[in-house]
Amino acid sequence: MMDKLPKWADILLVPLISLLLAALVSALVLLAIGQSPMQALTVMVNGAIVSPYGWGYTLYYATSFIFTGLAVSVAYHAGLFNIGAEGQAQLGGLGVALACLFLPWPHWSLALVGAMVGAALFGAAWAAIPAWLQAKRGSHIVITTIMFNYIAAAVLIYLLVEVLRPAGQMDPASARFPATTSLPQFQDIPGLQSLFLRYAADGTVRLNAEGLPLYQKVPANVTFFLAILACVGVWVMLWHTRLGYMIRAFGKSEKAARYAGISAVKITMTVMLISGALAGLMAINNVMGQSERLLQNSAEGAGFIGIAVALMGRNHPVGVFLAAILFGFLYQGGAALGLETAIPIELRTVVQGLVILFTGALDQMVRMMLGWAFRARRTV
Amino acid sequence: MDYATFLQIFDTTLRLATPLLFACLAGLYSERAGVFDIGLEGKMLMAAMASGAVAALSGSVWIGLMAGIVGSLAFALVHGIASITFRGNQLISGVALNFVASGITVLIAQDLFGQGGRTPPLEGGARMLEITLPLAETLRPVPVIGPLYADVISGHPILVYVGLLLVPATWWLLYRTRFGLRLRAVGENPASVDTAGVSVKRLRFSAVLIAGVLCGLAGAYMATGLQAGFGREMTAGRGYIALAALIFAKWRPWHALWACLLFGFFQSLALRPDVMQAVGIKIPGPALDALPYILTVVVLAGLVGKAVPPRAGGEPYVKER
Repeated sequence: MMDKLPKWADILLVPLISLLLAALVSALVLLAIGQSPMQALTVMVNGAIVSPYGWGYTLYYATSFIFTGLAVSVAYHAGLFNIGAEGQAQLGGLGVALACLFLPWPHWSLALVGAMVGAALFGAAWAAIPAWLQAKRGSHIVITTIMFNYIAAAVLIYLLVEVLRPAGQMDPASARFPATTSLPQFQDIPGLQSLFLRYAADGTVRLNAEGLPLYQKVPANVTFFLAILACVGVWVMLWHTRLGYMIRAFGKSEKAARYAGISAVKITMTVMLISGALAGLMAINNVMGQSERLLQNSAEGAGFIGIAVALMGRNHPVGVFLAAILFGFLYQGGAALGLETAIPIELRTVVQGLVILFTGALDQMVRMMLGWAFRARRTV
Repeated sequence: MDYATFLQIFDTTLRLATPLLFACLAGLYSERAGVFDIGLEGKMLMAAMASGAVAALSGSVWIGLMAGIVGSLAFALVHGIASITFRGNQLISGVALNFVASGITVLIAQDLFGQGGRTPPLEGGARMLEITLPLAETLRPVPVIGPLYADVISGHPILVYVGLLLVPATWWLLYRTRFGLRLRAVGENPASVDTAGVSVKRLRFSAVLIAGVLCGLAGAYMATGLQAGFGREMTAGRGYIALAALIFAKWRPWHALWACLLFGFFQSLALRPDVMQAVGIKIPGPALDALPYILTVVVLAGLVGKAVPPRAGGEPYVKER
């Protein structure tokens, strides 16, 4: 009944049109509340891309979203919809905090390795129970991962208030990590440094009391490069290993995969452990790289944005990378909107929801529209 | 701990269970017809905002209630179009609508009232009044049962009673009418319904829209009955607790009532740390908050009987094969 779209249209046009539709509806929402969409876009671009400060934040958010986006993608290739990246990322934060607080690290590079192990282990452990319930009991992974998000939040509130909070501190958060675990941020990295020089009004570089140049502080840190490595790793794993082949075969047709001797329990468990580990690794960026202590609700919704990023990026690492940058822009730009205009910061939640809706649930509609366009072109 | 404290807790339980019950029954209709509904939360939130805002502007809680239902129905319609008409992924559609609702409610409330995404506090006719049931005061002196009737059962907004009555009504509709038989059939085996010449799409749409109306009642009750006005994220995950209750109840109406009362009881206990202390049990607050989810996972794990969802749930129906 429906013509198949050319492959390039399916890969490129479907997400782009979905994005345009989401942008269009967002613009209509802005018009409806009496705001100017063009002004909003200008503020977002200025706040998120133009200045080093802006893109320092954009890339920081993007780093988190790459990890959660990859987490959702990997599970999706096995036909599993992991809504639990949020909880897994929060538990990953716990792993990072425990590694940084209770082990002596001589240098940040060693601390990074240790914290990565902690983050991945805790994230994977939090995905393991829903995975086991899905594999052995057939209970739906979507429902169990939702439940586990809430249980994770409760566990962390309890631990932060009752266990990890230093005596005499009011807010529910862990102690500060030791200085040796502090990851280099972009303004500390030789080579990138000069991009973040601060200039005085007359165009000269601003200097501190000792006559050294001053740098703009941004939260983007070395984790960004880890995120790129993770993209490459996931790509290799999915398309160039036996495991990746089994995962994709299982996702395409569970029955055929079983017939070919692929164990459903093994694949479900493995995929969810990898997915949970990736989501947990996100905590390296925000907990170790930025806040340098464990806060309540540390993931701040990045786990859910991973769903949008994975759908938008068509579950391919390259797509996930690009979509994560786009959502980093949306996130930092949305923060700028909240600061500089009367538009509430919640606009970004609306855009996020619309992107998920158009790319994940109404994709058939977009394909149908494109199908008409292609057929019309052919008959002319 | 005395009898009066017991009564207070049961009173709060009933109040807090009501929005769960509406949302849970909403999910029951939708999922029994084979359409998964993760979007209960979003629909409730939308309804809470719409009813709070319109009640504040019009001064009438009933116009507010209508607006709440309309707001929730709009979201239900999008869910129906995405998951029935375009055969999209029902789970993703629900998740997406929750995010849209979470953001758009603040945008609209902020634009209308400029109070940080809240509606102004509702007063007088804009709130849902509490009803005293007949003979409540006359029966009060009767020992044990009198105060129970006067303090726990009597004295709630009308929607609490509507919610309770909806349980037998839903049971009757699902198990004793032709519509109910078809609704259940379309969730188990849509092809058989189609073969019998009944429209799968129309049945599923009606189920999704019924869910929209019920979520509308849930949200309106939250904004005008339980509390006086809308606040950002005021549903606070109740849509997901309702979903948990639905699984806990194994998709059956009477069990849904018990599950919602149980989860409402947990919520009311979490509000009363003094009572917990008096009884001498030390359960941390977060543990009580997480209890509905933990219990649901236990049920899903099959430790207490197996929860089997409607067989065709989550699958779009394709006519031509």
